[in-house]
Amino acid sequence: MIFLYIKIFTYMSRPVRFNIHPIQADIKDNISLANMPEGYTGEGFFASRLSDVVGLARKNSIWPMPFATSCCGIEFMAVMASHYDLARFGAERLAFSPRQCDLLMVMGTIAKKMGPIVKQVYLQMAEPRWVLAMGACASSGGIFDTYSVLQGIDQVIPVDVYVPGCPPRPEAVIDGFMRIQDLVSQESVRRRNSEQYKALLGSYGIQ
Amino acid sequence: MALTNETIKDRLIAKFGEQLSHFEEPYGLLTFEAPRELNLKVMQFLFDDEELRFQFLTDLTAVHYPDQAGRELAVVYHLHNLADNIRLRFKVFTGSDKPDIFTATQLYSSANWMERETYDFFGINFVGHPNLKRILNVDEMEYFPLRKEFPLEDQTRIDKDDAMFGRGTLPAAGTIADKN
Repeated sequence: MIFLYIKIFTYMSRPVRFNIHPIQADIKDNISLANMPEGYTGEGFFASRLSDVVGLARKNSIWPMPFATSCCGIEFMAVMASHYDLARFGAERLAFSPRQCDLLMVMGTIAKKMGPIVKQVYLQMAEPRWVLAMGACASSGGIFDTYSVLQGIDQVIPVDVYVPGCPPRPEAVIDGFMRIQDLVSQESVRRRNSEQYKALLGSYGIQ
Repeated sequence: MALTNETIKDRLIAKFGEQLSHFEEPYGLLTFEAPRELNLKVMQFLFDDEELRFQFLTDLTAVHYPDQAGRELAVVYHLHNLADNIRLRFKVFTGSDKPDIFTATQLYSSANWMERETYDFFGINFVGHPNLKRILNVDEMEYFPLRKEFPLEDQTRIDKDDAMFGRGTLPAAGTIADKN
């Protein structure tokens, strides 16, 4: 029996080729600092623009509503999971009720029959609200150029950020989310009452 | 004796005679054609008979043959005998100007939605259906998409490059400015 065990270890094992020079983690490169908004500081006070402060607060706590229809929804599940964590960006709580969410993420193919439903969900959201179209199908109909698929959700609701891809990589979704964060942080307080915004919503038939 | 395709065919011909035609067995599945007035009688016979017992409607769909004048639309029924595990298929043909077929909902409840789908996509009017309206497409749609004369693509797009879809002409090689 013993000579059998010796036989097993007589071959040359394959040498390890990868991960043999592991990089030491450098804590200095891995910390990102959020920039303070501009303002006047003094002892015990900081004066800044209201829109900056509100934008900073809002952008780091966007509660998305996943409107996941098809394959992009699965990819979104990967984004929310631990590997590409979207909760790092403040999207910890996914709201499934449109009344409680800020960002409508439309993920997947929207059929023409589903269009009025997407619009209804958008109408139920409270201001301020943003829309992210994830994937090719939500942006423009994708490969489904047929009689039954809505060729882009911007035919029924105004969209802020489009994330192309079929499906987009989770990194691309996170990038789209960060663009939304840029939009949120720089939005002026008076935007939602401006004529241009009202005209935009009017073009969609939304009061 | 186990139920075989031969037995089914003999029973059907004994009952309906020359009205059933085009008996064939592609991939072992007995297929025949019936005149459209008899579709319910054939299904009722196959349902009630003690030996045949085709009491499960697997599928109900249609095919559009634009080249056969007078017989453009074919409604295809797939029936299944669950006890003996035998399937069969039969078709009824109708013209596209007045496609009236008797509904099978009295016999099979599953035919309800399947006939609605067939109406939605082919425009076949099922006489006697309790709720014949569109089921998968938008309710306001005016045409029947799966008929061959209607295009697959969405007609409201204005930004498509027709050359890529076989319409219009592709630019000749070398005329597009090379970036080299």
